[in-house]
Amino acid sequence: MKTTNMMPEDQLDLAQKRDRMQQRVKASLKRRHAQEKRFKGMGMAAVVTALAFVTLLFFTILSKGLPAFWQATLTLQVYFDPEVIRIDPKPEKRSDESEGAFQQRYLAWQTQLGFVNFNRIILDSLAREIPEAPEYQRDALRLVTSGERFALRGLVEKDPSIIGQTLTLDLLADANVDVWMKGNIDRNLPDAQQQLSARTRAWVDELQARGVIKSKFSTALFMNPDSRSSLASAGLAGAFMGSLMMMLIVMFLAVPVGVASAIYLEEFAPKNKLTDLIEVNINNLAAVPSIVFGLLGASVFILWFKMPLSAPLVGGLVLSLMTLPTVIIATRSTLKAIPPSIRQAALGIGASKVQSVFHHVLPLAIPGILTGAILGVAQALGETAPLLLIGMSSFVASVPATPFEQSTALPVQIYLWQGNELRNFFEARTSAAIIVLLALMITLNALAIWLRKKFETRW
Amino acid sequence: MGQPSMNTLKVTLPESADSQALPQGNIKMSARDVKVFYGASEALHGINMDIYENEVVAFIGPSGCGKSTFLRCLNRMNDTIDSARVTGKVTLDDQDIYDPSLDVVQLRAQVGMVFQKPNPFPKSIFENIAYGPRLHGLVDNKTDLEEIVESSLRRAGLWNEVKDRLDAPGTGLSGGQQQRLCIARAIAVSPEVILMDEPCSALDPIATTIIEELIDELKGSYTIAIVTHNMQQAARVSDRTAFFHLGNLVELSATREIFTNPQDTRTEDYITGRFG
Repeated sequence: MKTTNMMPEDQLDLAQKRDRMQQRVKASLKRRHAQEKRFKGMGMAAVVTALAFVTLLFFTILSKGLPAFWQATLTLQVYFDPEVIRIDPKPEKRSDESEGAFQQRYLAWQTQLGFVNFNRIILDSLAREIPEAPEYQRDALRLVTSGERFALRGLVEKDPSIIGQTLTLDLLADANVDVWMKGNIDRNLPDAQQQLSARTRAWVDELQARGVIKSKFSTALFMNPDSRSSLASAGLAGAFMGSLMMMLIVMFLAVPVGVASAIYLEEFAPKNKLTDLIEVNINNLAAVPSIVFGLLGASVFILWFKMPLSAPLVGGLVLSLMTLPTVIIATRSTLKAIPPSIRQAALGIGASKVQSVFHHVLPLAIPGILTGAILGVAQALGETAPLLLIGMSSFVASVPATPFEQSTALPVQIYLWQGNELRNFFEARTSAAIIVLLALMITLNALAIWLRKKFETRW
Repeated sequence: MGQPSMNTLKVTLPESADSQALPQGNIKMSARDVKVFYGASEALHGINMDIYENEVVAFIGPSGCGKSTFLRCLNRMNDTIDSARVTGKVTLDDQDIYDPSLDVVQLRAQVGMVFQKPNPFPKSIFENIAYGPRLHGLVDNKTDLEEIVESSLRRAGLWNEVKDRLDAPGTGLSGGQQQRLCIARAIAVSPEVILMDEPCSALDPIATTIIEELIDELKGSYTIAIVTHNMQQAARVSDRTAFFHLGNLVELSATREIFTNPQDTRTEDYITGRFG
């Protein structure tokens, strides 16, 4: 009504006003665009910086670690001399014999084998390449890493028929030979500061020139447990098995318990003071430093329940406790995100509460739950601090067969190697161990993404 | 302001909605002194209502008046809200539905519900319909199940549109089709009463018309209670209309009566658009 009987002057006034407003808007536009550009630029810069650091990290780890997968290896003619390996024939189980009696006989045979001087065999094989080797036994034996004599013994134990034969075998060179060949030590250092004697160094160079000693891809890193006497054959197998066992325990303990508690808390529990308190505490637990869980494990599992020290069982239990809050929180937030209309639809048609949750809500939540669970497990895989407190940082030179045996874990192994005295050999090996751990992590994360995609329901 | 003349009403009434022709048959559901509390606040102040067999009763009223709350009392959907508490008595065929010995699952099989926003399960069209019958063990074999699925979809007027793609996800249908799928899902368990909570509020006018026609067809076999914000819709589909205001049932009578000769001034103000 008002616009129709407006005076001409008023209209003019309004037009001016509008003009002024337009100009003000125009003036502010420039500032607004500049602001947007600045924000966008800062965002891009942040992303680029982050990417650069990730690239740098991967580059350093890969460039340091990858050479460790190739180790100095001697290819030798090994004669299993019957004069040196003087043992009885390998015992066979007789039909009239008890299991115990056979074990005893076998043990006796193993002991006999244990007395065989395999260094002699190695020295003889070296002598085929280096004629003066028998004269300088100490220098010659430094060429081959000490663990190889046990490898030879293992070959004989497995198949004694090789006694008397000559086999072409790849023997791992000593860690110091590897360091010398890769140039990880200054060749101009005086003898006193070199790890290898001048004679040994000369032999290495000579054998390398003749192609007897070469850098070859070595499975030692994957197949062997840790070692301190034979550094070149120190491997990750023990730590890997320990980590694997702990991950299995976490998966079969923390994930079902966590998912079940989350479902109960989110879908069934009454909302009252008690459940509020529980929720607050779960959130707090997720923020507790992991080393505290290690202390808890040491005092509860080891001191109270008398569980073994350094065992993957205890490690798995501690990591399960640590992962539980993560799994519960991830599952709850996934359940919260399922639209209530689905629950109503199911209830409205006569489904019970349990049926509505298990027929409709859970299938929709599975991708999110799986993602949360796997990320929780991946987090546990990389955890080191709590394991130090339950004795998993000790040196273990065997591959655990059960979760009750002593073991270590991948991140702990990295920590231990990182502190090894033979820096110029273990720097690369530590990086190689990091590569293995990262590869495992990436595999787990990829699995999480794949599972999410697979179970995702489109609306 | 003077008395608004009745011709200002923009509601057109179908010929059939005549108060004389009302089905004053058996009482299907009845509510006595039903109060609902959300925590300490009382949302419904003692509702008394009888719903007759095979009638369509519409609940109208401004937002927050309690019409949806009352509807949800009729199949105990308020049970799912932790803070809600219901007092009073609601019966279905003279059976108290709040009797602790009565299983709410059985009640919801008898009193089905269609919601405001179409909410098909994120499964195939077939599975959407088959879920209820399977859940209640209504079928013994696949042939019976297929029969129920087909007849439910036919009754909901959706069969011809989806018969070639029963395996397609129900969520891929259009809004109107989804809502008809939800109606088909509700009738697949052969309920006696169907509650509809603003079933057309998320739909376009054409889909709305189809649903309204469907309601008209269904009322031969089912008792229907429908909450709506659309007064024309109430006028078009219902036999009787209940007007709720601030948690009270202000007026309940034949739809024609409510829209042409409201007894309460609040009803009159609301239907003439003075508030709401």
